[in-house]
Amino acid sequence: MAEKGSAEYYIQHHLTNLTFGRHPELGWTVAQNQEQIEAMGFMSIHLDTMLWSWLMGLLFIGLFMLASRRVTVGVPGGLQNFVEMVLEYVGGILKDTFNGRPSATIGAIALTLFFWILLMNTLKLVPIDYFPYSAELLGIPYFKIVPTTDINGTLGISFGVLLFIIYYSIKVKGAVGYAKELSSMPFAHWLFAPINFVLEVIALLVKPVTLAFRLFGNMYAGEVIFVLIALMPFYLQFIADVPWAIFHLLVIPLQAFIFTVLSVVYLNQAHEDH
Amino acid sequence: MNMNLTLLGQTISFFIFVWFCVKYVWPPLTTAMQERQKKIADGLEAADRAKRDLQMAQEKAGDTLKDSRAQSAQLLDEAHRRSAQMIDTAKEEAKAAAEKIAAQAKADVDAQIATAREQLRAEVSRLAVLGAERILQTEIDAAKHAKLVDDLAAKL
Repeated sequence: MAEKGSAEYYIQHHLTNLTFGRHPELGWTVAQNQEQIEAMGFMSIHLDTMLWSWLMGLLFIGLFMLASRRVTVGVPGGLQNFVEMVLEYVGGILKDTFNGRPSATIGAIALTLFFWILLMNTLKLVPIDYFPYSAELLGIPYFKIVPTTDINGTLGISFGVLLFIIYYSIKVKGAVGYAKELSSMPFAHWLFAPINFVLEVIALLVKPVTLAFRLFGNMYAGEVIFVLIALMPFYLQFIADVPWAIFHLLVIPLQAFIFTVLSVVYLNQAHEDH
Repeated sequence: MNMNLTLLGQTISFFIFVWFCVKYVWPPLTTAMQERQKKIADGLEAADRAKRDLQMAQEKAGDTLKDSRAQSAQLLDEAHRRSAQMIDTAKEEAKAAAEKIAAQAKADVDAQIATAREQLRAEVSRLAVLGAERILQTEIDAAKHAKLVDDLAAKL
């Protein structure tokens, strides 16, 4: 383990999640260092990722529920205007990429994906030291606030999207129809059915994996750069920090947009009979 | 960068947020937006219709004005014609009446002249007879000499 105070320690500290899990010797506890986290393996959970994704999720739901409770057909107020703008935007994505009339559930999926991911990505603009350092002062070993820089966070969402894809495929084509679709391409001969099936299942699984890794990769890389910039002398940081943050003003909504659009495209494919 | 339960936690969170969204966010907001869209469309249509109606009404008013103007001109003409006719008739009537009165007066005058002449004749014949009597100093039998006196009177 790196020495406390060294650059390596600093980087590692800022890129590690606050992990609560079952340690083979210590039982259920909060991991205090890398070794404990590794020892916990799968039976652990990132408290910071969960906390901040829920905070952002509740902010999203709260904002939109507040707006929908006060919704008026007449002249909309500020909050409703904002919410309707987001809805129009998501509606535009659906219109462009979804054939036919999307159901309320499809709309809700697209809206949730877009706005939730946007909020979580936006957390990245919080100066990199604020939360980890404050947490350290409070005795919390790690604290990484951006849920989308955690592969578990992004993969969790895209896994949800995968379940929706499978659900809609079966709903629209039936279990048999879906199985037939999976085994009849790309080689249109019954002899190739098992190979087709394997290929199609891989293609299906690749969808959420690419979704998750694209978002995670962009966010994580950005985070690493921010951490590296934070290692510069404080009076020079702004030279790199400001352009990078401005660049991220672009990346943050773009990644939320890409995730949403591709998810809608996949859901649309699930609705179409081949 | 290790996989753990966060994965499932995040999936469950995602489903919960989507569920909330389906239940409380998407339908009321989209409904309101669609309703407003419809309302605006209706409003615009109503405005268009009102504009069309106004134009039609204006055209109608113009037509009516033109009609009434023509009608009034016609009425005025008629009145002029009628009054001229009436004046003509009255003139003719007056002329006829005047002629009649004049004729009557002339007839009266003629009659009076005739009467006066008759009286004068009678007087003259009486005077003539009286004169003749005085001259002849004899009585003339009026009946005997009536023819003579009458002849005399007729010559006057």
